[in-house]
Amino acid sequence: MSKTATIIKREFLSRIRKKSFLVMTILGPILMAAIIIIPVVVAQLSDSDYAVAIVDESNFFYDRFQDTESTTFTPVNVSIDDAIDLMHDGRFDAVLHIPDVAFESPSTLRLFSDKSINFNVKLLIENILKHEFESLKLKAAGIDAEILSAIETPINIQAFRIKNDGELITDYPEISMGLGFVAGFLIYIFIFLFGSQVLRGVLEEKTSRIVEIIVSSVKPFQLMMGKVIGVGMVGLTQFLIWVVLTFTIVSIFTLAAPDLFRFTPDDQVYVSSTQILNAEEMRQQQEVIQQHDSFAGQLIEGLGAVNYPVMILSFIFYFLGGYLLYAGFFAAIGSAVDNEADTQQFMMPVTIPLLLSIIMVNMVVQNPTGPVAFWMSIIPLTSPVIMMVRIPFGVPYAEIALSAALLILGFIATIWLSGRIYRTGILMYGKKVSYGELWKWIRHP
Amino acid sequence: MNTLLHAENITKEYTNHRALSNVSMHVPEQSIFGLLGPNGAGKTTLIRIINQIIGPDRGKVFLDNERLKPKHVRQIGYLPEERGLYKKMKLGEQAIYLAQLKGLKAGDAKIMLKKWFEKFDLMPWWNKKVEELSKGMAQKVQFIITVLHKPRLLIFDEPFSGFDPINVNLLKEEILKLRDDGATIIFSTHNMGSVEELCDHIALINKSEKILEGTVSRIKKDHARRIYETELINLQKPLDNILDQRFRVVKTKTHDGLLNARIKIIDDSSTNELIQLLLPEAGLVSFKEITPSMNDIFIKQVTGKFPAEQNANSNNNPSDIVSVQ
Repeated sequence: MSKTATIIKREFLSRIRKKSFLVMTILGPILMAAIIIIPVVVAQLSDSDYAVAIVDESNFFYDRFQDTESTTFTPVNVSIDDAIDLMHDGRFDAVLHIPDVAFESPSTLRLFSDKSINFNVKLLIENILKHEFESLKLKAAGIDAEILSAIETPINIQAFRIKNDGELITDYPEISMGLGFVAGFLIYIFIFLFGSQVLRGVLEEKTSRIVEIIVSSVKPFQLMMGKVIGVGMVGLTQFLIWVVLTFTIVSIFTLAAPDLFRFTPDDQVYVSSTQILNAEEMRQQQEVIQQHDSFAGQLIEGLGAVNYPVMILSFIFYFLGGYLLYAGFFAAIGSAVDNEADTQQFMMPVTIPLLLSIIMVNMVVQNPTGPVAFWMSIIPLTSPVIMMVRIPFGVPYAEIALSAALLILGFIATIWLSGRIYRTGILMYGKKVSYGELWKWIRHP
Repeated sequence: MNTLLHAENITKEYTNHRALSNVSMHVPEQSIFGLLGPNGAGKTTLIRIINQIIGPDRGKVFLDNERLKPKHVRQIGYLPEERGLYKKMKLGEQAIYLAQLKGLKAGDAKIMLKKWFEKFDLMPWWNKKVEELSKGMAQKVQFIITVLHKPRLLIFDEPFSGFDPINVNLLKEEILKLRDDGATIIFSTHNMGSVEELCDHIALINKSEKILEGTVSRIKKDHARRIYETELINLQKPLDNILDQRFRVVKTKTHDGLLNARIKIIDDSSTNELIQLLLPEAGLVSFKEITPSMNDIFIKQVTGKFPAEQNANSNNNPSDIVSVQ
């Protein structure tokens, strides 16, 4: 076994065997699965049996509210204060107050609740009232509500992406955004997490003074690369275990409680827009669209459409590329200082491009093909995070190839530079190092 | 004697200072070679160059008449002055790892390590983490790791620091045994006592230049100051009245009726002439030459003058110095 391989093996095994690795490896997928499952469950559970009391002082609307699967409406013939008392007693979850001046000034409408108000219920009530208010106003203006309904056309655009071969694929921009965010943040976190492990490892060898014993047996570059590769393999292992475990947990959950993941586009009944809709039908339609738009429905639908092999492969490439690009810097910083406190002054320039990437993620998901997104996904210092944000939206192969090639050149350059700082730095003690000094180390043969 | 290691005109400059200028050195095979010099003289730089940790700006190093190459790492064992181990790693595992980096196979390393661990009473610690060990124990492990792969050339930088006197002796015995078994040892230290005790040859580096090299006995002879110590009994008249201007009394001390005197021969008169002057006036109990200690020679070479006379021989007993450490 070559000496570098021996070093990689030690760096890898010593970290894999740590308790913290085991904890992270198990907790990570549970957290990730929870992120996927909990909103679905919550979206389902929170909709169930929401009781709304209606205090309608105008007497126009109390019979216009139809119960839905998850919400019941009960007109109560008491004062608003009494109705609120009933809610306090637990009879209702919320009280809708329609004062008699509501028709003239809709801003007097009030919805009260003990807890924070269910967003979907609020939306539902607003839709119903909007429809009713409009009907009344139309009637007052002498326009037939039914004609208007016939004119009204619900719009729910289905987005498609046309691939080069002309094939249409359904696009889920919200899912792409979500995935872009998650992938970008994961790359950022992984680079920092494992980059700082490299830094601490180098610093440990330097401060424990074992480094001089080791470099009398192997070249400093071998020691540095052994550590960088060993730690990188730990990161990769952790990621792969996470992917496998997350998928396992989510699938087990899907199989165990299929009801939760019931929505598919096929199940949904759209009311044909050519028919004249009455209030009830309108409401149903609203609800269907709402369900379609609801987080859970979209998530299940969109997640099914994601190209996982491409996501995972590009994640692995950009994680490794980005990690190698920065790990060299982290190793060089660890070698140049004597203790962890002194690392701060050199951490700044390394963290700035990473932080910039994270700050720009929001802008990139808004416009994933714009110039900012393009350039930041080509330049190696920012491309690992930004390209991962763009990939769920679909990126031309030529751009990926350019970005990947530059990233490879980039990490070769940073590893080379870092190697030159490292070999001098690890043998220097008790001296505060300046940037000028580092530059001399790089130039010195 | 065969030269094992030969350094030729080594020069190494750092950005702000010159660490070595034109240093040449011959280390004979199977010798214990003392590499001496004050702090910051360039010893560590030279040792690092021999270990191929850094390269010289100019000059060459030969091991056994062959230009130093990466493959020679296997033939050199190095115990640095500032040395440590991975604190969180188990002792046995760590020793095997470091041996593997030297080029040993894990299996062979384990067998050899167990022998050494038995010898140094370290076996109970095999599966313990280094942070649980005392400093002395960690030092023993580092010594074992240095010698485990049976290198032809061993380089010890201040090997005795951190050891108690019992372990210093244990280590000295091992070093002498390694030499007798064929190893060549470069021994860098400030402890002149152990230099006198162990070294056959020395080289002295000061301010990046080698200022002295040779066998210990030759160097001592070269630095002889013609001072003789004599014990006299029944002295008839003052010493100054007995001796003429060719001789000077450096120091006298009386106890139990004996006069202990150190006398320097100023011109090239022989010791016989001195004894002839003394014999009629006193009973001669003993007479011997005072050779300068390595400590004195070191100070003379570095500062340009011998240390003050009253200190001249206070360091005569090497083992005393070691036990003070």
